Amino acid sequence: MNLEFIVGELKLDVRCGEDKLGRKVRGGYVGDLLSDVIGNSSEGDIWVTRQAHQNIVAVASLKDHTGIILVNGSEPDSDTLEKAIKEEIPIMVSELPGFEVVGKIYKLMHT
Amino acid sequence: MREGLLAALKRLALMRGLSSERLKGEKQLRLRTLTFELPYKQDNQVTQDKKITKTQELVYKLKVKDVMTTDIVTVSPGNTMNELKEILRIRRIAGTPVVENKRLVGVIGIDDLIRCLSEGEMDATVGEKMTRKVEVLYGDEPLAHAVNKFNQYGFGRFPVIERKRGRLIGILTKSDMVTGLLKRLEIAYHTEEFRHNNNNENHVFNNIVMDKTSFHFQYRVNGQDFKVAGESIYKLKQILSQLGFPPPIIRRATIAAYEAEMNIIIYSYGGCISVSADYDHITLEARDTGPGIANIEQAMRQGFSTAPTWVQELGFGAGMGLPNIRKCADTMDIESEVGKGTHIKIVIKNTNGNGK
Repeated sequence: MNLEFIVGELKLDVRCGEDKLGRKVRGGYVGDLLSDVIGNSSEGDIWVTRQAHQNIVAVASLKDHTGIILVNGSEPDSDTLEKAIKEEIPIMVSELPGFEVVGKIYKLMHT
Repeated sequence: MREGLLAALKRLALMRGLSSERLKGEKQLRLRTLTFELPYKQDNQVTQDKKITKTQELVYKLKVKDVMTTDIVTVSPGNTMNELKEILRIRRIAGTPVVENKRLVGVIGIDDLIRCLSEGEMDATVGEKMTRKVEVLYGDEPLAHAVNKFNQYGFGRFPVIERKRGRLIGILTKSDMVTGLLKRLEIAYHTEEFRHNNNNENHVFNNIVMDKTSFHFQYRVNGQDFKVAGESIYKLKQILSQLGFPPPIIRRATIAAYEAEMNIIIYSYGGCISVSADYDHITLEARDTGPGIANIEQAMRQGFSTAPTWVQELGFGAGMGLPNIRKCADTMDIESEVGKGTHIKIVIKNTNGNGK
């Protein structure tokens, strides 16, 4: 399953990295504690969070995440966007709360 | 240009054990190499001479983006000539690309500046005074094209742009080309020698070991400075990947460096991180100047944190920094003294490196 499919199914708004949506999503992780995400997420994960500051890009880049979904209407800071473009990390946003976003993606992946 | 390439060729030839007498005798031959006529000419002496063919091969194989300078200074069309003057003065450069929305829109140089100075137009904008029709190179062009372009136009430098979107990605000077070629020639030479000695082509480090047997990377980290956090990590990631480390090793090293950096930012007055890598392991050290950790055992425990609330709201200080570092490391030493500072040293073995 690639990012594009998830973006379409969940009607996510893409804030950057439109050209990277072909990337394959291998799994997912949800969390707002950066060290927790660093410690426990995996390469190829889609990361669901509501942290929007620029350090999320560093974390996603370190862990080679497929992309980041910001939930609850959270919007990336301009610094975050700038870094994400440079590091080629797609950022998507959703008005839905994290629970629903994760639930939908989980369903897409496991049915 | 000619001097530079000649020097490169001479050096290559010398490395191959050719005498300088023979070099003199091959002047004609080398000049031909410079004009890139060789591949199309029948010349037995030349085609048999593999040393020269290697250079040709490189000039076609190397792309502009492989050797260009990426750390460049640009101005925007809205800058005034006065501002340009300062930029050129401070950075000691003779000209700069003009960039708008990451796209190259012109170039401006010291001659434009002098004209404005003499006509009292220093408040004019760069956009009004710049040269709009710019000769550029594309990042994916072979170096051979670049050499021809330098000869054709006689310019000292060309902006390099990405073919697809026209974004400016660097600048190529003659000295970039010479340095790039020299480096590759040296690598090629060493690689051959290395293969000869080891008779084993499966080394991950084939190319890099030659370039340098080890590399060292050090950067300062300021306390409480969340703004630049991770900045150096991107660079580290890039370097390690260029050095040929496998992705899982790179992940472990950069994660450890990032956590160590965040610790310095969150808890300390500032410090420094140094990473050195060689053939089979990466060593990372983080030092700060205090306040130090009172109880290391407690600090190493997952979930224990002394981070203030505002830091935790940013998603840091979950009490997982040190445990995460330990998870990435093959060995980890931590020393700390209250009032003095903390010193962490970890080693990551490159298991994929040379068959350990």
